[in-house]
Amino acid sequence: MNFTLRVWRQKDANDTGAMVEYAAKDIIADMSFLEMLDVVNEGLIAKGEEPIAFDSDCREGICGTCSLVINGIAHGGQRGTTACQLHMRHFEDGQTITIEPWRARAFPVLKDLVTDRGAFDRIVQAGGFISVNTGGTPDANAIPVGKVESDKAMDAAACIGCGACVAACKNASAMLFVAAKVSHLNLLPQGKVEKDKRVTSMVTQMDAEGFGNCTVTGSCEAVCPKEISLNFIARMNRDYGVALLKAST
Amino acid sequence: MKLDAKIPPGPLAQKWEKHKFDMKLVNPANKRKFDVIVVGSGLAGASAAATMAELGYKVKCFCFQDSPRRAHSIAAQGGINAAKNYQNDGDSVYRLFYDTIKGGDFRAREANVYRLAQVSVNIIDQCVAQGVPFAREYGGLLTNRSFGGAQVSRTFYARGQTGQQLLLGAYQALSRQIGNGNVKMYPRTEMLDVVVIDGHAKGIIVRDLVTGEISAHAGDAVVLATGGYGNVFYLSTNAKGCNVTATWRAYKKGAAFANPCYTQIHPTCIPVSGEHQSKLTLMSESLRNDGRVWVPKKKGDTRPPDQIPEEERDYFLERKYPSFGNLAPRDISSRAAKEVCDEGRGVGPGGLGVYLDFKEAIKRLGLETVKERYANLFDMYEKITGENAYETPMRIYPAVHYTMGGTWVDYNLMSSVPGLFVLGEANFSDHGANRLGASALMQGLADGYFILPYTIGNYFASEKQPKSDVNHPEFKLALDNVKALTKRLLSINGKRTVSSFHRELGKIMWEKCGMARTAASLKEALTRIPELRAEFWKNVKVTGENASLNQELEAAGRVADFLEFAELLCLDALTREESCGGHFRVEHQFPDGEAKRDDEHFAFVSAWEYQGPSKPPLLHKEPLVYEEVHMSTRSYK
Repeated sequence: MNFTLRVWRQKDANDTGAMVEYAAKDIIADMSFLEMLDVVNEGLIAKGEEPIAFDSDCREGICGTCSLVINGIAHGGQRGTTACQLHMRHFEDGQTITIEPWRARAFPVLKDLVTDRGAFDRIVQAGGFISVNTGGTPDANAIPVGKVESDKAMDAAACIGCGACVAACKNASAMLFVAAKVSHLNLLPQGKVEKDKRVTSMVTQMDAEGFGNCTVTGSCEAVCPKEISLNFIARMNRDYGVALLKAST
Repeated sequence: MKLDAKIPPGPLAQKWEKHKFDMKLVNPANKRKFDVIVVGSGLAGASAAATMAELGYKVKCFCFQDSPRRAHSIAAQGGINAAKNYQNDGDSVYRLFYDTIKGGDFRAREANVYRLAQVSVNIIDQCVAQGVPFAREYGGLLTNRSFGGAQVSRTFYARGQTGQQLLLGAYQALSRQIGNGNVKMYPRTEMLDVVVIDGHAKGIIVRDLVTGEISAHAGDAVVLATGGYGNVFYLSTNAKGCNVTATWRAYKKGAAFANPCYTQIHPTCIPVSGEHQSKLTLMSESLRNDGRVWVPKKKGDTRPPDQIPEEERDYFLERKYPSFGNLAPRDISSRAAKEVCDEGRGVGPGGLGVYLDFKEAIKRLGLETVKERYANLFDMYEKITGENAYETPMRIYPAVHYTMGGTWVDYNLMSSVPGLFVLGEANFSDHGANRLGASALMQGLADGYFILPYTIGNYFASEKQPKSDVNHPEFKLALDNVKALTKRLLSINGKRTVSSFHRELGKIMWEKCGMARTAASLKEALTRIPELRAEFWKNVKVTGENASLNQELEAAGRVADFLEFAELLCLDALTREESCGGHFRVEHQFPDGEAKRDDEHFAFVSAWEYQGPSKPPLLHKEPLVYEEVHMSTRSYK
């Protein structure tokens, strides 16, 4: 297969950046999208040009490192799939493919397709945890947790923190990411103790990082590689409201 | 160098308890005077950094990824073992200990493994308290499944994403400490050297992967939790970034490297599809709970699987190992798969694959139950291969997955350089020659949550070292060396890419030092690796510059280290004239093809000491003494 790539190149955070066209030749259908980029990069290096910088690590869809907007869609539009698990068999021979980084004020571009998602870490640092120290915890079976609740917490906990939800949102809102973490912990009896403080701290940090507001268009859910449900945003809004009410009484 | 494992005296079951009491403590008010450097933020690194910060130490944590949450522990699928005996099926600390020692083919330290089994139960308590959503029964209690090499169900799991959930638990604990200022986190920062002053580890040299700035960090102790070296084979189930650089550069500073030839080839991975392949993907061992492994009885049988009648199939694991069947341990299952493929009975392109069939499980349990247990794995399989494994059997083949060898450490997890501690997959301590499934997560968290936080205090309280200072000439020297190395890599400007060297090295390693090793193949590798390394330093092309984000430069440094390390791995494999666990020497087997261990001559840990660039490394032998268990022939028949 052969493709024409239009790729965002940007030297560093201060550069303005521009789209540059490359030819991707002799691509095999069984290659992953990132392996296709590897091939293009090998060609660039051979010519003495700098390869296209992009983030990836596990290449099995779980670490959340890869972060490409492909033809305008975060992770490329295959439902429930990260860019590293997207394979070239889903593209048409001869197609032009546009590749851009996550675009959001809170995720500045560091180089080409690589962005800084440190804002997500700072939101978790603000309250995305249960305050227990190591040791001294009760037996794991001391507190039964209903399977339904536990499964729901797991649905939320499956978030890989890639940031596709932000990249897809027209407001660059981080609500789905934050809601997933808040819901995961608030749903469990172990996390309920700090429920109110958690949601207010995390939302405050989210706002401070410069993410936009949620207008419930659902584009985040559509691109989420772990198909995290929009319902968690509703759940977080409820938790947030309750926390505000409790604080005001 | 004199290696002392520092195994505490007394009966096995009381060693750790007694040792905890005997170790010196650091007063709570004094803990904040100690700076601890942690390199790596996977299960071992994140849990250690968080726990030490909770205790009051001042911690700096470094990772090369963009966030500590992305370390490759995250990709572990199947589960974590613990001797909780919640299933009332006869499990105990002793049984987990014994299974692990036996699974490791009697090449692990008895005392370490017993301690691992002891603290396993605390890990589950800790993780549940942190909010790890382990799988549960309708009654609200935790559920378990079984894994290879065990006849009890002791594996806790969170769907097929156990590693992810455990890592997020540790990451959250770490984040809490970052948030309250007890840990300073350095993401996108790679450790490039350890600084040793007067024989003690005193700091590290790092490169900021965004700006290229190379800087020094001083600490009273350095903790490496930097994972395994599976990527020396190029193709493995490791993440692209996994590397040996931290432990290799520590080796060159005096930290002995133990048992590098113990590499684990995992039986259930998706087969290689072509030259372009950048990594291999594991299909969790848990699938072998319900899937049946088979190949056609006839050589070169190219019929589709559904047209091969039952009586013409060879369920070779069930046939050869009736008591463990499809759940035979990893090394044994991998070799069995290789054997049938070598006989010409492999399936799929190139005949390098065996079937993992769920037809019977779907009939027995129903499609829904199978989906509930494994849906994410079936989805992943479909994404990569384009095939639906509910309808046609999966094709699997062994691939490099985990490395049991690593930096030599004593019972306190301290390397042969005082003040340098090594945790998790990066050390060699607990798995012997083969690791059982669901034990890597257990070891990483045991080391980080429950062992290092005790033993590091003992080091501080008993050594009374002067405070480390980045203005010391040793720091300047190390800094200059790292800068010179970086400059050299960028100035070669040859014709071949970094990854072409890595691929070629991987091929040599897989073919000559993979699932079956011979003296001849290892000798050949030992000739070809130095040649390839020489070519690398003459002909590699590293584009770009140091003062910016430069992924080629990062890769070049890592591959340069793999090119040195590979030689040590092959040398270790050559000198170990026996077959044990993941190390199979063709010359040493029984007539039925089973591994022939030689306890009389090889019941020791091989710890290699660096002697300088032009001298061969020096082999030290730490004898393995078994006080409690009898070294039996490992049989799963």
